[in-house]
Amino acid sequence: MSNGELAIDVHGLTKRFGTKVAVNRADIQVPVGEVWGFLGPNGSGKTTTIRMLCGLLRADEGSGTVLGFDFRAQPEQIKREVGYMTQRFSFWEDLSIRENLEFVARVYGLPNVKEVVTAQIERLGLIKRQDQLAGDLSGGWKQRLALAACMLHQPKMLLLDEPTAGVDPKARRDFWDEIHRLSDEGLTVLVSTHYMDEAERCDRIVYINLGDIVARGTVAGVIEQSGLHTFVVQGEGARALAPQLHGKPGVDFVAFFGAALHVSGRDPAKLKAALEPFAQQKGLTIQESKPSLEDVFIQLQEKGRGAYA
Amino acid sequence: MRAPTAPARRLPRFSLRRIAAVLGKEFIQMRRDRVTFALILGVPLMQLLLFGFAINNDPKHLPTAVSISDPGAFSDSIVAALNTSGYFDVVSATNSPETARRLLAEGKVSFVVEIPANFSRDLVRGTNPELLIQADATDPASSSNAVGALGELATDALRDDLIGPLAVRAPQRPSFTAVIHRLYNPEIITQWNIVPGLLGIILTMTMVLMTSMALTRERERGTYENLLAMPTTPVEIMIGKILPNIVVGLIQAVIVLLAAKFIFKVPMIGSLPLLFGVLVIFIAANLAVGYTFSTIAESQLQAMQMMVFFLLPAILLSGFAFPFRGMPVWAQWVGEVLPVTHFLRVVRGILLQGNGAAEIWPDVWPLLLFMFGMMTVALLRFRRTLD
Ligand SMILES: Nc1ncnc2c1ncn2[C@@H]1O[C@H](COP(=O)(O)OP(=O)(O)OP(=O)(O)O)[C@@H](O)[C@H]1O
Ligand SMILES: [Mg+2]
Repeated sequence: MSNGELAIDVHGLTKRFGTKVAVNRADIQVPVGEVWGFLGPNGSGKTTTIRMLCGLLRADEGSGTVLGFDFRAQPEQIKREVGYMTQRFSFWEDLSIRENLEFVARVYGLPNVKEVVTAQIERLGLIKRQDQLAGDLSGGWKQRLALAACMLHQPKMLLLDEPTAGVDPKARRDFWDEIHRLSDEGLTVLVSTHYMDEAERCDRIVYINLGDIVARGTVAGVIEQSGLHTFVVQGEGARALAPQLHGKPGVDFVAFFGAALHVSGRDPAKLKAALEPFAQQKGLTIQESKPSLEDVFIQLQEKGRGAYA
Repeated sequence: MRAPTAPARRLPRFSLRRIAAVLGKEFIQMRRDRVTFALILGVPLMQLLLFGFAINNDPKHLPTAVSISDPGAFSDSIVAALNTSGYFDVVSATNSPETARRLLAEGKVSFVVEIPANFSRDLVRGTNPELLIQADATDPASSSNAVGALGELATDALRDDLIGPLAVRAPQRPSFTAVIHRLYNPEIITQWNIVPGLLGIILTMTMVLMTSMALTRERERGTYENLLAMPTTPVEIMIGKILPNIVVGLIQAVIVLLAAKFIFKVPMIGSLPLLFGVLVIFIAANLAVGYTFSTIAESQLQAMQMMVFFLLPAILLSGFAFPFRGMPVWAQWVGEVLPVTHFLRVVRGILLQGNGAAEIWPDVWPLLLFMFGMMTVALLRFRRTLD
């Protein structure tokens, strides 16, 4: 849906807490109507970045626009056009589901508050529990309420901070169907997540580690850029191989995927050599395969840790 | 397809609808918080009954020392009269004024009655001797009745002794002078002053408490982030959080005033609508203080500490606990800044003296000034971001 215009266009975004650099000169350009995934390990700076984009944290450095507004000078304008879902549940637990949604609707000045809210509650399938206190909802339902609330005012862009954490698979699927439907209508979405399958549903992903954006692009592109080669070891005794392969030259890391073992490295020749001794072991099959996104992320994270140490 | 750079929808800095939204939310939350609500209504009543009665009781059997430098029939009569009055218990009779005074200073007795040397002779001669009465007036409301009774009492007692040829010395007017020294507290605070004063103190305490939690609670529960992410402005949030508490404050005021009228029989001479007008300003001023605290405090505990910090001067330097004019000048200046100081003057003025708008204005404008000043500080201090 991109027509070349950028919903988010920021450069050099930097945030420090004391001496700690939480986000380091991040450039983010998200075209209108795209769904971008924001990934990275815990504490890498995802929440901090999102908060700066919607004016909840002051950026120490950086410039640019969000929805055409200067993100440093016009946070109030941005707030009205953006739906922000916080990572931690931040609705009022002593208000009922309906009261929370009505409050949001009123604050955004929506007409027909009652009808709008009723429609949203129906869509959520919560009509029977609408008078229940938000604090009494289960974790997953809290997430769904929060999501419904931040979409109530039909924002042009959604900034979602781990919206599906703790949400069951069916609800997650519904959520993503909804996201894609909205994006077809021109909504821009930046969503942080730790789920690989969700990353794969995004038009593009941005991977941030220790405050630095270390990879970006389509899923295929990121895998491509990583220069990673992966061999999948399957069969009897595959898991027992892991300790023997750890630290061998050419083997960057070894990861379990169910019963299979993914052995990855950047130098295919060395990697092959490292696996050679086990090739003949009976019951084992060793096959070169395309690295999965998770393999790539593990590598990015290990690399970051190495650089940090 | 929506354009990303659509012209901004008009951005009112101030929207009644948004204020109404915040207001509605606050009312619901207040209603749900049953314990707090019960406290809001119960606390003023409890404090009023507790302190109102504790301070206003008309106590009897106050320990008294008599120093007799002139033993004789007259002295005996006076001591007997003191004991039978019910107000006094003569626990010590001495011939040394110093001993008696030490007892008073140590708090062992509340009164010292000093019968000077040659009292009988001067009385008989008609040279108008002085009967010195010293009262510990640190708790003046409770001792004022007793003090009032003293002079009368001595006169009556002596009248019975002035018989026979001395009967000419027993006229209607006492032929001696009861000199009363109120020590430690020269101003007399009557019980009618205490109950209206309590209204000011109770409101200061509960109102500052209510709003000092306003933002810290949101911060601790994580809802602050959500509030900030929405297009509410600081002014709207402040008004939305202060207004519901004004209603609470007025309910408290009604409770206290009803008790003042029907339990403590405090006279209410002046205009009640005028009083309620000032009450709204006074309540709002205190709410603004609490709200300012909540913009500064990181946690509810810190907010609470700030509240206590504010409450102590409000009690001690406002003229509630100690007579205002008896305080050192610097303390009076601190007192002049506090809303409760002005409110005490206004409420006593309206209720007891029947003051009108013109008379109370000198104490109303400082309240208004304080209120707007505090609100300005709160708005300047309001953090629009999380860092
Ligand atoms: N208010 C703050 N004060 C000090 N440090 C902070 C603050 N907020 C975040 N940080 C630090 O900044 C870094 C980035 O945190 P951030 O919350 O952005 O990570 P994240 O990527 O969202 O992590 P997660 O996946 O766990 O949500 C962390 O090291 C964190 O400790
Ligand atoms: Mg986070």
